Amino acid sequence: MNQTSTKNAPLTVNGMTIAYQRKAVVEDVSFTLPEGKLIALIGPNGAGKSTLLKAILGLVPSISGEVSIYGDTYKKMRSRVGYVPQRESVDWDFPTDALDVVMMGRYGHLGWIKRPGRKEKELAMNTLDKVGMADFARRQISQLSGGQQQRVFLARALVQEADLYVMDEPFAGVDAATEKAIIALLSELKQAGKTVLVVHHDLSTVDEYFDHVLLLNKKLIAAGPVNTTFTPELLHETYGGKLAIVSSDGKKALVGE
Amino acid sequence: MMDFWIILTAILVASACSILGCFLILRRMALVGDAISHAVLPGIAIAFLMSGTRDSMWMLLGATAFGLLTVFLIQTLQTSGLQSDASIGIVFTALFAVGVLIISLNAQHIDLDLDCVLFGEIAYVPWDTWTLGGNNMGPRAVWMLGITLAVILLLFGLFYKQFKICAFDPAMAVACGIPVLLFHYLLMGMVSMTAVSSFESVGAILVVGMLIIPAATAYLLTHRLGIMIGLSVAVGIVSAVVGYLISYALDASIAGCIVSVAGILFIFALVLAPKNGLIARLARRRSAAQVV
Repeated sequence: MNQTSTKNAPLTVNGMTIAYQRKAVVEDVSFTLPEGKLIALIGPNGAGKSTLLKAILGLVPSISGEVSIYGDTYKKMRSRVGYVPQRESVDWDFPTDALDVVMMGRYGHLGWIKRPGRKEKELAMNTLDKVGMADFARRQISQLSGGQQQRVFLARALVQEADLYVMDEPFAGVDAATEKAIIALLSELKQAGKTVLVVHHDLSTVDEYFDHVLLLNKKLIAAGPVNTTFTPELLHETYGGKLAIVSSDGKKALVGE
Repeated sequence: MMDFWIILTAILVASACSILGCFLILRRMALVGDAISHAVLPGIAIAFLMSGTRDSMWMLLGATAFGLLTVFLIQTLQTSGLQSDASIGIVFTALFAVGVLIISLNAQHIDLDLDCVLFGEIAYVPWDTWTLGGNNMGPRAVWMLGITLAVILLLFGLFYKQFKICAFDPAMAVACGIPVLLFHYLLMGMVSMTAVSSFESVGAILVVGMLIIPAATAYLLTHRLGIMIGLSVAVGIVSAVVGYLISYALDASIAGCIVSVAGILFIFALVLAPKNGLIARLARRRSAAQVV
């Protein structure tokens, strides 16, 4: 995260402060994401992780702070950003099927009038196949399991063909198969030179899945490569007393809250 | 000819309401539709007072403005910390009351009957005709409803994908660069237009039934948005035609019969729906019991 890379970094946040009803939830956060890495955003409940993501994407207002994406404003660079919201954020009883949801990922590219056509359908189908959901393309979304719904959301973001992906707890409440599918996907994205920022809860998998971490508890506690930043001291600082470090099989496991 | 105009009016009301209703219930805004249909009353009354006529354009403009004001006020109350159902209740009853006041204070000048406002009188539609350059152009209500339906079809034809994604995942829509607020107010504007052009035929109360019941019936029957809209319109039109025939046979309120038929169709769907209907659920429970 040196200064020379700042100019065209995938994402630079400068002095971001967000408040709900005059109470600050995120305070003066600044960071720059390195390109082509998998980055975990971690911190205790109520640390403002989701809020920070939403403010970066302009979904909630921020009091102050600047966001630059590949050296330009988010508004101009919108099409280079793929967003995977929390699964609970939508109504899964909505009358639509998996393929249709994935095609929504193309709406941003279609402009005002153009309707999704054969090309979009093909692209969506291929992406569903990539996340192992091709057999469920025509399944109504309420009839999918939690993990399958998450994979549909991932496919919807992938089909946007973005360069920076922002994912809000993609691993929350998913089965082992989905977790594996997401991991495979993340490494594929990384190989393609994409940058992925993930809100993550499971501290025990951070060093296995990610290259970099951002430690957040209202303020940014630390940011950097996993091996230098994901340390017990900094985690204690982030989680306060709510952190237990459990050792089993001689391997260090961390349990947040 | 009388019958023709009445049935045509009912079909136009049903079609306009059924399409919008789908998006209202999917966005969990059924009650906002209710609120708008009442709150347009002061707009109608003020437009009437200012223009001195029942000129449709003035009414459409006045009522649409009040419809959007309603939505804006409800949102303002919500963001200031009041529960959404309470916000809706306050705004629309207060605005409706203002409308009732304006009408009753100016009873001599306003040719609006409060009973008619509440329950509509579709049977009078054929007599209230629009004259252009001395030519009788047919019932005014049919023109207003026709224009409203044309606007709805045009906007949904052009921006179907935007309305769909705004209903399913507004956060994603914002992230895609879709002006969610614009489409929200477009939808609300169409609901206001529909409420004002339907209120003379079915009234402020029954128009809510036409907005919600066909859409809710269709929602039970399908898992595709496109099909849901088609089914909703079909349920609306069947209710309109069958309701009219029943009212003719019983010599009862036309609007009352239309909405009652819609209610009966809804109950049919509730019981018979293939996947989540009561009978399907009972059958599943029984077959599950047999397995055990």
